[in-house]
Amino acid sequence: MTSHFPILQVVLPLLAAPVMVLARRAGITWLIAVAMSAAVLGMAGWLFVQTGAGETISYAIGSWPPPWGIEYRIDAANAYVMLLVAAIGLLVALYSRASIAAEIPADQHYLFYTMFALCLTGLLGMAATGDAFNLFVFLEIASLSTYVLIALGRDRRALVAAYQYLITGTIGASFIVIGVGLAYLETGTLNLADMATRLPDVSDQRSVRAALAFLTVGVSLKLALFPLHLWLPNAYTYAPSAVAAFLAATATKVAVYVLMRLYYSVFGAKLVFEELAVGRVLIALSLAAMVIASAVAIFQRDVKRMFAYSSIAQVGYITLGIGIASETGLIAGIVHLFNHALTKGAIFMLLGCIALRAGGVGFDRIAGIGRVMPLTSFGIVIGGLSLIGVPGTAGFVSKWYLVVAALEQGALWLAVLVVASSLLAIVYVWRFVEAAYFNAPSAHIAALKEAPAGMLALSWVMIAACIYFGLDTRLTLGGATDAAGALMRGWP
Amino acid sequence: MTPEALIGAAFATPIAGAAAIAALGRAPNLREAATLATAAALFLLVLALTQSVLAGERPALMLVEMMPGLALRFEIEPLGMLFGLVASGLWIVNSIYSMGYMRANGEAHQTRFYVCFALALASTIGIAFAGNLLTLFVFYEALTLVTYPLVTHSGTAEARRAGRTYIGVLVGTSILFLLIAIVWTFEIASTVEFRSGGILGPDLDRATLAALLALYVFGIGKAAVMPVHRWLPAAMVAPTPVSALLHAVAVVKAGVFCVIKIVVYVFGTETLGRADAAAWLPYVAGFTILAASVVALRSNNLKRRLAYSTVSQLSYVVLATALLAPLSIVGAALHVAAHAVGKITLFFAAGAIYTAAHKTEVSQLDGIGRRMPWTMGAFAVGALSMIGLPPAAGFVSKWYMLQGALAASQWVAFGVITLSTLLTAAYFVPIVYRAFLVRAPAGEHVHGEAPWTMVLALTATAAATVFLFFQPAVPLALARALAGS
Repeated sequence: MTSHFPILQVVLPLLAAPVMVLARRAGITWLIAVAMSAAVLGMAGWLFVQTGAGETISYAIGSWPPPWGIEYRIDAANAYVMLLVAAIGLLVALYSRASIAAEIPADQHYLFYTMFALCLTGLLGMAATGDAFNLFVFLEIASLSTYVLIALGRDRRALVAAYQYLITGTIGASFIVIGVGLAYLETGTLNLADMATRLPDVSDQRSVRAALAFLTVGVSLKLALFPLHLWLPNAYTYAPSAVAAFLAATATKVAVYVLMRLYYSVFGAKLVFEELAVGRVLIALSLAAMVIASAVAIFQRDVKRMFAYSSIAQVGYITLGIGIASETGLIAGIVHLFNHALTKGAIFMLLGCIALRAGGVGFDRIAGIGRVMPLTSFGIVIGGLSLIGVPGTAGFVSKWYLVVAALEQGALWLAVLVVASSLLAIVYVWRFVEAAYFNAPSAHIAALKEAPAGMLALSWVMIAACIYFGLDTRLTLGGATDAAGALMRGWP
Repeated sequence: MTPEALIGAAFATPIAGAAAIAALGRAPNLREAATLATAAALFLLVLALTQSVLAGERPALMLVEMMPGLALRFEIEPLGMLFGLVASGLWIVNSIYSMGYMRANGEAHQTRFYVCFALALASTIGIAFAGNLLTLFVFYEALTLVTYPLVTHSGTAEARRAGRTYIGVLVGTSILFLLIAIVWTFEIASTVEFRSGGILGPDLDRATLAALLALYVFGIGKAAVMPVHRWLPAAMVAPTPVSALLHAVAVVKAGVFCVIKIVVYVFGTETLGRADAAAWLPYVAGFTILAASVVALRSNNLKRRLAYSTVSQLSYVVLATALLAPLSIVGAALHVAAHAVGKITLFFAAGAIYTAAHKTEVSQLDGIGRRMPWTMGAFAVGALSMIGLPPAAGFVSKWYMLQGALAASQWVAFGVITLSTLLTAAYFVPIVYRAFLVRAPAGEHVHGEAPWTMVLALTATAAATVFLFFQPAVPLALARALAGS
């Protein structure tokens, strides 16, 4: 049984999806979603423990041995990402029942859960697979379901946002499939590990470098690397709250993982970072993301949109770690992937609480919300502190490692820019603080109640995790260190 | 109790107190009783720890390993002990004072006020007992954040603006400079523990040491060395008990405490002295002392004058530390205690004047000493201590600082201290003169002293100011242990 976990955790949500369509009743589909997510989390947890000792689990689908059959290849790096995705998946599944009740018509609830299950399938598949074309397939499953999820938002602009993302996402997917095709052309294999052994012989071929370029651009679109981020603010802003929380915490993170995997395990750090200047390009774009997106965030009129821009900036921290291309940098990037997922997931869940009560999260609507929804508001403040990187929160750990990584390279200027950009985070987080606590609530706001206990409790689980993982980093940092080790070792 | 348990208890007491205060929010008398009980318990615990530190022990307590090689850890050395004693001792007095002030002025959100106060004390204890730079940094930031609601207590537009300055300058400098400095130190020394003689090693060149020192000094915004002092006058928008304990004692002393601690235990005075890397600092500190004194001299608002006086007095500590002479380090450590008791007295008096007479400007104080003899008497004692005249504690610390400057042949520092003594006198003596010797204008409404709790508190701190002049034995012993003389 346990030997099939690598495939089961992907297949289970895939099979759950049609079952949900058949079940149709909102309550039952929700129960299926929760049970499925819980089972997936259990399997992801098991895989995480198994791979912690540096072991690589290879699973041959249909017993066709790799490289001929499709191989799932789990090591510390993707086990870490899958654990994150599965954990967030369960929390969001639990959270969504109350949240979507106000945002999505009741007769569409089962579709929401179906799409959620498919999205989970796609994300976990992207992480688990060791096959280039399979990667593309799961990327499309995740993307297509995401377009639908975003379009479910009650604001009509959600349709435009979904369409925008559809176009951009399709361009990204095309780039990826072209990249995969070029690599296949040169190596004659789609198995990533096999490809990795063959690429060094042909790495001076222009088509290999073109493959790398296509893949980099395609994946960067999915992870919203500046300046390929334009789809993200609208998508996060107009999607239903539960979707925004799920996407912010998982979708871009899995794409980041794919980028790391392609660089370190498939093309090899030597080609990517030494022979080609990808690292320098990544650093430059990451810095631009950190500074520009944070600055843009400050001027938003909608809290959700503000934190969406903050996500672009925070992705910059992750890719900066990758761009530094040292072990510490990689650890910093990976641990921030986890920490930021927790932080932003929590913030979007809490914003969902406000949206539920106040009917929106524009700055004009949240004036004085701190007095009527104290727990929700205070949770967002703590999440904001984690974004700033205040010690005692998860964000601090990432920032510490990033600054260490920069100083290890002797790049004091880089360290200064990293911390300077968090000053911008203070400004936008404090916009929320002042709006929530200093402005007098309008009559409409003053009549509101605190969010439903269930939603609040789940959001606070995430907020508590932000603090817990800021103090006890054995899981997050230990996992990231193992993951970085697995990536640095490369595949055979 | 073992010293380990004592440290844990001392740190946990104010946190538990905050929880109790929050739970008792609906019963103001019980709530204030909880504050007092917490403050008293904390002080007793700190006193118990003082015994073992004076006996030469260094009690330690490991909390959690945050990152590999980087732990949250407490270890008490003499300076931290002194700071902990001052902060926890004055919290008792301040709590008594707060009860009178908050009630007499009908302040809102009193429960939040007392909860944040208790948490601020927990952070202060965390800073005082920190065993390494990481722990220091964690509680340094915590102290900024938990005092923010106190600074912006009134919730007015002015408070919001002041809060921006407060959080912007303190968090901004700490993240931009202090965090970089700490990580850089970790990068060089592979450790962030405090050790006698420093951890940076003797091989660093002068430029690196000087740059690192600059990052620390300006990163510790709480020390209010110009130009990162703006948050302190801004914080005066807070209720006076906050200004008194936090912005005259806990927060600002945390700043200069960090400076002393880092110079002594991270750089090591010998390392800095040999490389001559701190030579620039006396000039910056000296400039701050004089410039802040001039601003104080020109401020008509009483609290603003006291705030700039604090900026000036804090830089005495920085200046004395930068001289690197053992005697001046003793002076710096003593000044942490001496300035604390003196300045809290002055703020208590300012708050009492505001409560009883609703006056905030120096020019309104004509003849007030006849109506409020206790308050203005205490004010006079505090002013004496600021100027550095006997029989007040400020004399003792200034004496050591001057001796240190002489021993190190630092004539500029000597000149600055002398000159600023005159300036300090120039902005405090007129207040005392007005209060006692100028006749009150006709038609003043009749008022007496502030509520008795406030008078009791300010008399007690004034008495402590005088007491420390005659009996500086405990602070002196701790300061000498710090300087190793």
